[in-house]
Amino acid sequence: MSQAPTGKHLTREQHLDLYYYMQLNRKLEERMMRLFRQNQIVGGLYSSLGQEAVSVGSAYALEPRDWLAPLIRNIGALLVKGIQPRDIFTQHMAKFTSPTQGKDGTSHFGDLKKCHVVSPISMLGDLIPVMTGVAMAGRYLGQKIVAMTWIGDGGSSTGAFHEGMNLAASQSAPVVVVLENNQWAYSTPVARQVPMRDLSKRALAYGIRGMIADGNDVLAVYQASKEAVDECRAGRGPVLLEVKTMRMKGHAQHDAAEYVPRAMLDYWKAKDPIVRFEKYLTENNLWDANQKSEIDARIERELDAEQKFAEESPMPPPELAAEGVYCEGCHTIEADWQRDKAEVTPPASSIEPVWEVRDFGAVAASAPAPKPSSPPVRQPTVAAPPRQPAAVVSPSPTASQPAVPAPAASQPAAAPASSQQHHPKAPHKPSGKPPAKPAPKPAVPVQPAPDAAGETPLRVPFGRGPKDKAFREQQAAEAREKKRGRRR
Amino acid sequence: MPEVTMLEAIRQALFEEMERDPSVVTLGEDIGVYGGAFKVTEGLLAKFGRERVIDTPISETAIVGAACGMSYLGLRPVAEMQFIDFIACCFNQVTNFVAKSHYLWGAPAPMVIRGPAGGGVHGGPFHSANPEMYFVHTPGLKVVYPSTAYDAKGLLKSAIRDNNPVLFFEHKFLYRRVKEEIPEGDYAVPIGQAVVRREGHDLTIVSYAAMMHASLEAAALLAKEGIEAEVIDLRTLLPLDRETILSSVKRTNRLLVVHEDTRTAGIAGEIAAVVFEGAFQDLDAPFARVTGLDTPVPYSPPLEDFFLPNAEKVAAAARELAKY
Repeated sequence: MSQAPTGKHLTREQHLDLYYYMQLNRKLEERMMRLFRQNQIVGGLYSSLGQEAVSVGSAYALEPRDWLAPLIRNIGALLVKGIQPRDIFTQHMAKFTSPTQGKDGTSHFGDLKKCHVVSPISMLGDLIPVMTGVAMAGRYLGQKIVAMTWIGDGGSSTGAFHEGMNLAASQSAPVVVVLENNQWAYSTPVARQVPMRDLSKRALAYGIRGMIADGNDVLAVYQASKEAVDECRAGRGPVLLEVKTMRMKGHAQHDAAEYVPRAMLDYWKAKDPIVRFEKYLTENNLWDANQKSEIDARIERELDAEQKFAEESPMPPPELAAEGVYCEGCHTIEADWQRDKAEVTPPASSIEPVWEVRDFGAVAASAPAPKPSSPPVRQPTVAAPPRQPAAVVSPSPTASQPAVPAPAASQPAAAPASSQQHHPKAPHKPSGKPPAKPAPKPAVPVQPAPDAAGETPLRVPFGRGPKDKAFREQQAAEAREKKRGRRR
Repeated sequence: MPEVTMLEAIRQALFEEMERDPSVVTLGEDIGVYGGAFKVTEGLLAKFGRERVIDTPISETAIVGAACGMSYLGLRPVAEMQFIDFIACCFNQVTNFVAKSHYLWGAPAPMVIRGPAGGGVHGGPFHSANPEMYFVHTPGLKVVYPSTAYDAKGLLKSAIRDNNPVLFFEHKFLYRRVKEEIPEGDYAVPIGQAVVRREGHDLTIVSYAAMMHASLEAAALLAKEGIEAEVIDLRTLLPLDRETILSSVKRTNRLLVVHEDTRTAGIAGEIAAVVFEGAFQDLDAPFARVTGLDTPVPYSPPLEDFFLPNAEKVAAAARELAKY
């Protein structure tokens, strides 16, 4: 297929790795759905069906020393980072052998020492400040790590998201925030939450780099994530990477998601990330039928054993509920210093405590010319999915759905101009000098989002739209206006 | 030994801990070049540099979240709330993320959140609060609220060295008003231990922070009337030192709790419960408490004075108890 170059930096084994993890993610969740129906999963169960490429492709760009913090639909990322399926089974089944010994469920667990995973909490957005702290600490200790976390389209409306992004940006922290736009915050479509099509444009507000990738194309996700991780590692973080995907099930098992238009599900089902990747592997001769069955069989074998372990595991002893509120010597806390402590100890650490204010906050027109060292505005290298009209109710799969996945990363020209916002901020070199000479243009042109003006204002004709009062009123007003026009 | 204010004692603790351990870092609003709204962190930046003394945006949630993330990598961050009232802005981060971290997934968060609290300086309703009980009600946190310079230094050192998240309340009325000689160099005061500030046999007054001083004043007044009050300074509110309270009440047979925090569900209620559970047979008098009103802390001096407990109000309540 034409988009083969997307995976050009990956070996054949790595391609098969990506398939393995995506399929493992899906099969694991299918098994958990059965366990849920058998009442063996006592609490909530959240599906990432159709979003496996997001979790797997992004986490695959990390190195073992890097840190991640998943959300509930990022089981794939945990698997990539080395978490075992048994941990996920036992967590959901509230077993004593689970990483939290039954104290919490779902993917609410972590591993500080080995896998470098921070546990999420149910409140959204809070991981972004926390992972910013992880990234800052890693940099302070000289570890050269990158911290990655995910946020949904819904969670990106929280104050914690903003505070975290802004702190990360002001600290140039090596944090990759994957904004997993799966179109739905529980039952509310994204257009009802945020009055713009591309949530990655929020990066502009933080003066950081924003990117978009097709979340149902694992290679596109990987490529974009790798680029984001590399940017961070090079000291040019943070990066906000939006991936467009679709939640194919309800918010959780209890939610039948009848509010999702059928045609929308059909549209995305045709873009299933695993089916797509299987086709890609076949068409590019990266595997044959034998290898596929081998991997599939290996997954079943592993999951059989892991599930058996979970099913045979005991429930926790009741008294455990009273234990573990405090760390009372059960943990040794020791930072892993990868730099000389003397650098951050007086006298080496001592400075003159003054602020230097660049160009005194003057308006951009009179600001000094950008330093030659400023990185040029980057060309988009990661393609977005072909744009759909603003408020598409039911894109006909036959008419508007691309026959092939998104254009490849190596074809930036093919990417629509509006799909990228690449404005890496100029390195902040404080200078005490007053504004020197007027520059023709500011270093970072801040323009209105290219497609903001041309788009239909926020209206959600999906499904229930016409029942919306404001919508009806607007329609009526427009009709009256038309009538009046005709009369004249 | 030199005489230092409580503020200076806190500053010393920060300096000494940062000097002792490069994994101690500080972050907060205006703590660097400016030295903090109350100048508690003055001089830290000059000595320890921008990597360890981090001026942040006005983002309490990000400050606490980042501190938590840092603690996961083995740092021991000390986060400042410019006024402790603003901790309400990061309530979720403190109570759901930080506090539950160790219990749920075994991740200790060795961090300190400190800041100026309390009234008496006409700070108005958003700069005078005592929000300690929100956090005393949150398993996983430790809540410390010293009343003397010596304790402030020793307890802050213990808080920084603790493997758990510690909320360190600094009463701003006491910052420059209490002074005492403290030993030079390193010492620590253990978290979770109350102390008897004045011995007496007629009743027990349990208090902390600024109200501990009002209670001592009251005890001096009462002594002139022949009533000998024992005054206990809690120092740590969570975990609560039940033993010191119980052993005192078993001797004095009367209990008065004094706090500046609002009345309903203030710590007096918890202490009453502890004593009813553990020393009911020893009580000769009903339980009594002198507290702030169940209102926000008002701004105008006559209103704020009416809101706050003081030595007179404490002495009056103690006299009632002594009649039994």
